[in-house]
Amino acid sequence: MADGLAGTASVPGAASLAAPGSPHASMRGVTRVYPGAAPVHALGPIDLDLARGEFFSVVGPSGCGKSTLIDVQAGLAVPSAGEVTFEGRPVSGKVPDGIGVVFQEDASFPWLTVTDNIAFGLRRAGVDPAEVRRRVEYAVGFMGLRDFARAYPVQLSGGMRQRVCIARTLVLQPRLILLDEPFGALDQQTRLLMGDELLRLWRETRATVLLITHALDEAAMLSDRVGAMSARPGRFVDLLETGWPRERDSSLVAEAGFGAITARLWSHLRAESLKAMGGAPP
Amino acid sequence: MSAALARPGRPRGLALDQPLIVLALLLCWQGAYAYAGSSAITSPLATIAYAASMLQQGWFWSNVGATALAFFYSLVIASLIGVLAGLGLGLWRFAGDVTEPVLAALYTIPKVTLYPLILLLFGLGLPAKVAFGVIHGVIPVTLFTLAAVKGLPPVLLRSARAMRLSPRQTLLHVLAPAVLPEIFTGLRVGFSLTLLGVLIGEMFASQKGMGFLILNGINLHNVKLTTAVVLIVVVTAILANAGLLAADKRLRRQR
Ligand SMILES: Nc1ncnc2c1ncn2[C@@H]1O[C@H](COP(=O)(O)OP(=O)(O)OP(=O)(O)O)[C@@H](O)[C@H]1O
Ligand SMILES: [Mg+2]
Repeated sequence: MADGLAGTASVPGAASLAAPGSPHASMRGVTRVYPGAAPVHALGPIDLDLARGEFFSVVGPSGCGKSTLIDVQAGLAVPSAGEVTFEGRPVSGKVPDGIGVVFQEDASFPWLTVTDNIAFGLRRAGVDPAEVRRRVEYAVGFMGLRDFARAYPVQLSGGMRQRVCIARTLVLQPRLILLDEPFGALDQQTRLLMGDELLRLWRETRATVLLITHALDEAAMLSDRVGAMSARPGRFVDLLETGWPRERDSSLVAEAGFGAITARLWSHLRAESLKAMGGAPP
Repeated sequence: MSAALARPGRPRGLALDQPLIVLALLLCWQGAYAYAGSSAITSPLATIAYAASMLQQGWFWSNVGATALAFFYSLVIASLIGVLAGLGLGLWRFAGDVTEPVLAALYTIPKVTLYPLILLLFGLGLPAKVAFGVIHGVIPVTLFTLAAVKGLPPVLLRSARAMRLSPRQTLLHVLAPAVLPEIFTGLRVGFSLTLLGVLIGEMFASQKGMGFLILNGINLHNVKLTTAVVLIVVVTAILANAGLLAADKRLRRQR
């Protein structure tokens, strides 16, 4: 239990940063240990409250448990300890209605065209065909896949496949969107533009977003709040508020405050990344 | 093993390859005839002529029917058992990990050691022929299906869970389409081996069928008959396999 105390102590002011009223999603003392001959303590303890409509990003060194955090919040993995909630109800072992996940790996279905991939979840949910067509058409355009609507994933680049997966999740209109390094396969320019699109989408849908990213500038530009994680087992070593207005885009990178935020994130991550790579912090 | 097959499109020069292979086989055949003489094998032309005359005879077709029936039963049974066992073992990962090497080992032991056992169990006739077919075909189908399920990227099943699919929907709309091409390859390999098994079964355990005709021709020194039946079986098998291979490639075109 010393772990639990240490975890809470390492997040000064986490509780005060939580939204007034009940959080949209929350984790309390959440840890995840992968069982086995040599159990791996991958995550936590984590305490996190996501306010409804908030854009929250997580940065952390490789292997620190970011994907595990998403799995646990989504209900794809059961926490070894602690509690996870979504819209006031406990989450465990099953993905609740209203949560959408975009995975780190390419999850497009190779036997379906781009259009059919994007329509997949809607069709399984029994949504009216006209409505499916409307939403899919919009998503195809939104994600810049118009010329490839009839192509199969094998004919697409890695970044385009990831856009298909994002679209497939977005058309389900989730209220909480969990994105695990969705732009990992994109070049810097496209990444910034996709960030703008994501912001636009976030404003339009009023969804809550939890974004995992390894790009500090992306986290700094997109988020209301950024959590910096320690090396495995991942905990928050810093939660910082960016203070950006809701109407924002990638032109923020020119703001004076932007550099300060990125610098602060890097100061945490530098040490933790060195630890994650087995080196000693300077 | 699917990587090489997965490339879309037709390799160039295929149209020329096939006639060349046929020509080479005919030359080998003619060579064998020149070497061994008419007491062992008949010449290509004489055989083709005799095979054509056989195609007009009732006794020949009743033997074809016997083989086709046994083959049909064997293929259905081997496919069903193989696909179900492969799916079960693949989904129940632990069992799959334990059984796969055992199956692979079983696959390599000469099936001939099982023949006496099958004859004791099933006697002579259709059931024994079917059993011979099944033991030859079932293991490759199982292994291919097992490999397909084990090779499935876990993120596809995680996506199914994230999109709140029911187990039935996951099976029908994710698992089945994901493993289908690989299973089809297994069925294609199983097809050839099952046919082989049935023919062997007919040689050992039957008074009817193509395998029986081949053995009968050998016993009666009817070289013409043996060679003609072998020719017809080989041509049929090659055509069927080419058809299945084309279907296989079609299935994989999108991958
Ligand atoms: N199924 C598993 N079994 C055992 N250990 C696992 C499993 N999945 C992940 N781990 C371990 O848990 C730790 C956290 O993994 P996770 O994938 O959450 O990290 P991550 O922060 O997402 O890494 P990356 O930045 O590389 O995506 C890693 O050390 C990993 O080795
Ligand atoms: Mg990850």
